[in-house]
Amino acid sequence: MQTLLRTPLHDRHVALGARLVPFAGWEMPVQYEGVIAEHRAVRSDCGVFDVSHMGELEVEGPRAKELLQGLLSNDLERIGPGRAQYTLLTNERGGIIDDLIVYALEPTRYLLVVNASNREPAYAWLKEREIRGSEVSDRSSEYGLLAVQGPGALERLGLPPADAFTWSMGEIDGVEVMVNRTGYTGEEGCELMTMAEDAAALWDRVLARGARPCGLGARDTLRLEVCYPLHGNDITPETDAISAGLGFACALDKEFTGVEELRRTKAEGPARKLLPFVMEEQAIPRQGMAIAEGGEVTSGSLSPMLDVGIGLGYVVAEHAARGSALTIDVRGRPRRARVVSKPIYKREEPA
Amino acid sequence: MAAEETYPDDLKYHREHDWARVEGDEAVLGITWFAQDSLGELVHYEPPAKGAQIEHEAAYGEVESVKAVSAVISPLSGEVVAVNEKVVGEPETVNEDPYGEGWLIRIRMRDASEADDLLDADAYRSFLAEQ
Repeated sequence: MQTLLRTPLHDRHVALGARLVPFAGWEMPVQYEGVIAEHRAVRSDCGVFDVSHMGELEVEGPRAKELLQGLLSNDLERIGPGRAQYTLLTNERGGIIDDLIVYALEPTRYLLVVNASNREPAYAWLKEREIRGSEVSDRSSEYGLLAVQGPGALERLGLPPADAFTWSMGEIDGVEVMVNRTGYTGEEGCELMTMAEDAAALWDRVLARGARPCGLGARDTLRLEVCYPLHGNDITPETDAISAGLGFACALDKEFTGVEELRRTKAEGPARKLLPFVMEEQAIPRQGMAIAEGGEVTSGSLSPMLDVGIGLGYVVAEHAARGSALTIDVRGRPRRARVVSKPIYKREEPA
Repeated sequence: MAAEETYPDDLKYHREHDWARVEGDEAVLGITWFAQDSLGELVHYEPPAKGAQIEHEAAYGEVESVKAVSAVISPLSGEVVAVNEKVVGEPETVNEDPYGEGWLIRIRMRDASEADDLLDADAYRSFLAEQ
């Protein structure tokens, strides 16, 4: 039996009465009061998630950028220090080893925030391909990471507005933080990176400013409503970026691992596509359910905002158009669904 | 609002975390406080059809939370004479009142002696303590 890792906030989660579950080798809070209430808190005001289980890899050296340009799908020429980018670590088949955010710290230093479940394979992949003049190091245990998300997040933290995918150094009530304008909920907000030993103090200050503690359950329903893929469910080393609708993160005009496969898939058109759908009958789609028209559900849940079953799944190209009718096999019961456009949930703007 | 943990003395319990309230030749069935707490806030109830035959220790329906699906196991066999439509429309009723408004089905028992094998509240509490 493997011992579960604990984040620097473990004691805080226990004190709040969180329900702790194993996740990617970590003991993580799946919920505090309840998934639906936490989800709605993020959509209406502000929630905070402990995401310290995520991995932080650093790539440094005069040839750090050259190394990453050959291994990551997006183009680092588009960002400089102070900026960040959503990108994919790809294998020779164009499959997705991990999806991650790369931060340009300095012209010769990059920070990669990777999924907890992929920290080891991503690190190994990069380390094995190190070139002279580049050094890859796993810094994950040195940092704590809090995602503070929601329309009220920045105001509650006393942070000025800034463009998405930028970062700057800052301070929250005396705790030094790297403020990253990124997230996984579709809401305004930021992710605050701090030294592991300061993470508990930062958590306390963020809660004192009115953020509601939220678990991984709400994190999953929030990302699903806005159709952000989850690695391990919707994207894997066996699925490619073009079929997954992540072409926007692939600079097919540069050379990187698997780019030929991706160019070919793009030119020929993918045989199946990752699509969002909404149930038209009372039923909740779940990962692994068959889609009768040809395909499979990769993520599914109830949408706490829309109060209907929603999901993502791979569907054969003939049935991939928006509005196409799908039939989901819900444990032997056929249930009607319809392909919709992204995102599944969008806030109604005040008139 | 979630209910407080209770296991009423007038009910019979099954180890799959189901309860039965025997009333003459009929019984009302539902899931225990422990079951609803383990699942979290319920968001879907898939009931059996009225008139369906359900079997002792077999699944007769499903309850789902945001994160999980659970088959509901019947502690008794019989014919479904009523389905709680309130729970179909508002599944969270089970979290709020698992032994009252949150009942799931009413059956006409086929073999009342099956109830003799179920646990009383004390035995079910002891069973939970061992888990």
